[in-house]
Formats: sequence, structure tokens, C-alpha cells
Amino acid sequence: MSFWFVQTLNGITFSMVLFLITAGLTLIFGLMRVINLAQGCFYLLGVLIGFSVLQSTNSFLLCLFFGIVAVGILGILMQRFFLFHFQDDHEGQVLLTLGFVFILSDLALLIWGGEPKLLPKPPLFEGSVEIGTNFFAIYRLIMILTGILIAICLGLFIGRTKMGALIRAGADDMEMARGLGIRIPLLFTAVFGLGAALSSFGGIMAGPLIGAHPGLEWDILLLSMAVVLVGGLGSLKGAFLGSLLVGLVDNFCKVLMPELGLFVIFAAVAIVLAFKPTGLFGKL
Amino acid sequence: MKRWIGIIILILLFGVLPQVLSRYYVILLTKVLIFAIFAMSLDLLVGYLKLPSLGHGAFFGIASYFIGVFSTRVANSFWLNFPLAIGMAVVVAALFGLLVLRTRGAYFFMISLALSQMLWGIAFSWRFLTRGDDGIPGIIRPEIAFLPWSLQDPLCYLYFVLFFFIVAFILMYILVHSPFGHTILAIRESELRMRTLGYNTWLHKYIWFMISGLFAGLAGALFVYLNGFVSPTSLSVAMSAEALLMVLLGGAGTLIGPAIGAGSLVLLEDIVSAYTERWLLVLGIIFVLVRMTTPYGILGLLGRSEFKRQRKHEGIGS
Repeated sequence: MSFWFVQTLNGITFSMVLFLITAGLTLIFGLMRVINLAQGCFYLLGVLIGFSVLQSTNSFLLCLFFGIVAVGILGILMQRFFLFHFQDDHEGQVLLTLGFVFILSDLALLIWGGEPKLLPKPPLFEGSVEIGTNFFAIYRLIMILTGILIAICLGLFIGRTKMGALIRAGADDMEMARGLGIRIPLLFTAVFGLGAALSSFGGIMAGPLIGAHPGLEWDILLLSMAVVLVGGLGSLKGAFLGSLLVGLVDNFCKVLMPELGLFVIFAAVAIVLAFKPTGLFGKL
Repeated sequence: MKRWIGIIILILLFGVLPQVLSRYYVILLTKVLIFAIFAMSLDLLVGYLKLPSLGHGAFFGIASYFIGVFSTRVANSFWLNFPLAIGMAVVVAALFGLLVLRTRGAYFFMISLALSQMLWGIAFSWRFLTRGDDGIPGIIRPEIAFLPWSLQDPLCYLYFVLFFFIVAFILMYILVHSPFGHTILAIRESELRMRTLGYNTWLHKYIWFMISGLFAGLAGALFVYLNGFVSPTSLSVAMSAEALLMVLLGGAGTLIGPAIGAGSLVLLEDIVSAYTERWLLVLGIIFVLVRMTTPYGILGLLGRSEFKRQRKHEGIGS
């Protein structure tokens, strides 16, 4: 009993990390119709930049701040100077992001080297709490709470604020939105930066548990693709439920049958796609 | 006329050059030919169907692994392993096709990537069969009974691969100029219209997908005999991305374009690797530069008529 309880909580923890990445992915796609393959790289860079900041300042808050801001700016620059020139060529933009995956991950390897890194936990959240008869790390609980909090904030941001309304308008009918005087190009750049920042946030949040190592960008990207394939692109609800599903399946696979990890997840994806080619909540 | 001159130059190139080149460059040239087959097979999807697959390495890798496992564990027979390996690639394409052809656009991109990564995951973690990360070494080129020379000699193997390259090129050439090929082009332009005209578009695409997998499998099988070694790298996304870059670099939608792209990229990798370990970084930069500057690849730069028409058609530059 306790095994299932603890592993379920562990799975949910990872789900929240996945949600942050796929929320970025799905927001970018919803507006721009572009899959940002560099999302895994942004995750990795977030952890690495955070690692360097943490080493020099010893403050988790600064590490979080700089990691998110630096990667967000990187995303904005990437969109503004490269993807921007391919407004209507979605496929071309996806291929560009693929090029950036190679550039960024090889640069990361060059700068930070290949040895795996873990961020230390912020001292405030050390230790564990007792739930029933089980002990559970406080940090994991904080991660789950943060994830849910961000999900709610993002939902409110998209659904209730003016900026969110602009994004929804751009996603629904871009020409019309543009005709009404909404500055779509600016919106594109902003959302791309937001997506990158969210991914970086996920990376730093999971830094004490997963850390960073070469190749992680692909693992993360694949899992987040599994999420959007299951949940459907362009829907936050889909991203959240998909993350829960994939995070839990991934965690139980790792514990129960580690050799089959990815295979089981994509078998699940295949089953969903066989019945619903656009995922459970997809709009395409 | 121009085409025949090109072919004559190629014949001279492969007839004379390998005789004077060192062993190293003979092997490099063989690699160029193999990747040319691979890139052309991918172009059947990218150029002729507008399906940018990021998982084409799956068919390449599965054929490599089949030969790797079979020849080290069962029997090292060319007539058994070679056709079975290619058949295996077709079977995988048939299975994947059922899933990926249900999707379009962004979903196609993701599902093709995801499925090939799944195979990579199996190759990586099923150590009993694949030896995981270490790969399978010691795959020996088999002797073929009626051939007068031994394939162990790199020069002979080059001509062996050249034979398959020519056969594959001719077959694909016939294919894309056949009624079937024209139907595929029409489906690329407007699937709805073709369906309304009564074509079973899904079946056309499905068969086309399997054919593409077949040629990729051929390339994979030839590659494993060249290296004598197979590791999960053959199935990796870098492999698929490199093939996609070859297609885009040369010019999608032609057969000769991807072959040129393959040649340039393999040679470039060889040169760059001599100076630095940062090949992936260079690859990424080339990728971005190619996309930013030449939407129709090298052939587009050379001003091939197909691309001018295409450009006119899409209203670019007008």
C-alpha cells in the first residue's frame, strides 16, 4: 500500500515538471502552430545556468530568477532573429528549432562539460514529512504545489486577462486579430519567451531531483511530446492531464520494469492515437 | 542532354577516382553512396509527400540491427540476412505507417520522432539482444558465392554499394515518374481533391511510406556491412536529423538533390571532425543557415527549373 502511495506521489511530482514544459510547448503551438523542439534544451540550459548562479551566489532564489530570465531572453532572441522570418512557414520554423537543439546542446556540453549535475535543495525545504505511515520529502510536496499553482495561474492568465484574450484571439483567427490591430508579431515573440521561461522553470524546479546531464534534452523533449500526443496540442487542460498520465506511467515503469520505460509510454501514446489522432483534447 | 553529361561524369568519377584514392577515401566514398540512398529514400516522404519525417533513422537502424544480431548469432549469410533485413525495415514501416499516416503536420513530426526514439530506447536498454550502448561489433561482410572478388576489399565493396546505388536510383526514378508517382504528387498538392476523384489516398500514401522504408533499410544494411559495427547511434535522432538536413541541403522534391546533399554533408563531417569534436554544433549552424538562406537547397541555388516553377507556383519572389 505504502509503495503505491509513495510512487504515485513521485509520479505526480514528475508530472508537474512535465506540465511546465508542455504548457510552454502547447502555448507556443496554439498561437504559432510551431512545435518548439528546443523546449528540452531550454530545460537543460535552465538547470545549467541555475547551477552556475548557485555556485557563485549560493542563493536558490537568485538561481531561479537568473535561470528563468536568461532562458526567457534566449527564447525571445531566437524567435525574433530566426523564427520570425518564417511567419507562414511552420515546418521551416520547426526545422529551425531542430537546428537550435544541436547548437544549444553542443554549446552546453562545451561550456559545462559532460558530468551529471544536481542542484542542491534549497535549505528551507530540506527534510521530510510524515503522511499516514509514510515519509515524504517536503521538496517534492512543494514541487507538486508549485505545479498546481502555476497551472491555475496559467489558466487564469489565458482565460481571464487581457493578454490572455489577445493570445486566444491570435490562436483562433490570426488574420482577424491582426486586422483588429493586435500586434501579432510582438505576441509571438512574447509567448515564445514565456514558453522558454516555463521550461527553464521546470528544469530548475526538478534540478535537485533530476539535475542535468548530456542527452537529457532529448529525454525531456520526448516525454513532453508523449504528453502532447496524448493530451492534444493547443490545450492547457490536455497538457495537464497528459502530464499526469505520462508522469505516472513513466514513474511506475521506471520502478517496475525499467527496461521497457519508453516503450510502454509510446505504446500508450499509440493506443490513444489509434482512436483519436489529435490526442484527447487536441484541436488541430 | 545535360543529364547524360552528368551521368558520364559520375561514371568517370567512380570508375577512375577510386583506383587512385587511398583506402580511407574509398571507404568515405562508399559512405557517401550509402547516405545518398538513405537521403533519397527520405526525400520520397519529405519532397514528394510533404511529410517531414524526423524518424527515418528507424528503418535504417532496424536493418542494421537485424544484420548485426542475425549475423553474429545465427548465420552470416548474405542471401539470408540482406533480404530479411530490408524486409524487416518494410515491416517496421508498415507498422509505423498505420500510426503516423493517421496524423498530419505537427503531429506527424512528433509521432515519427517518438516512434523512432522508441526503437532507440529498445536498442539502448535491451542489452541481451543488442548489447545496449556498447553496440554489436565484429559483423563480417559475407562472401557471395558467384562474385569473383571478395567484399573484404574496400574497393570491391565500393563497387558493390555503387551497384545498389544505381539500382536504387533507377528504381526510384521510375517510381516517381510512374503513374503511381504522379498520383502521389497530386495527393501532396490536394489530398481532398484526389479523394473526391475516387482515389484511395490513404493506401497510396501507405504503400509509398513502405517503399521509402524499404530503401532506407537497404541503406542501413549496406552501412552495417561497411562499418562492421552497429550501435544505438544508427537509430538516434541525430541520424534522422542528418538525413533530413541532407534532403533540405540538396533540395527536396528531386532525387539528385538529396544525393548531392548527402555527399556534401558526409564530406563536410569528415573535414570538420579532423579539426574539432564539435560536429553537432557545426551541424546545427549549417542547419539554421540552410533554412535561413536557401529554401530550395543547393539545386535551388543552381537555379534548377523545377524549383523556378515551384517558386512561381508559390508566388515567392513575384
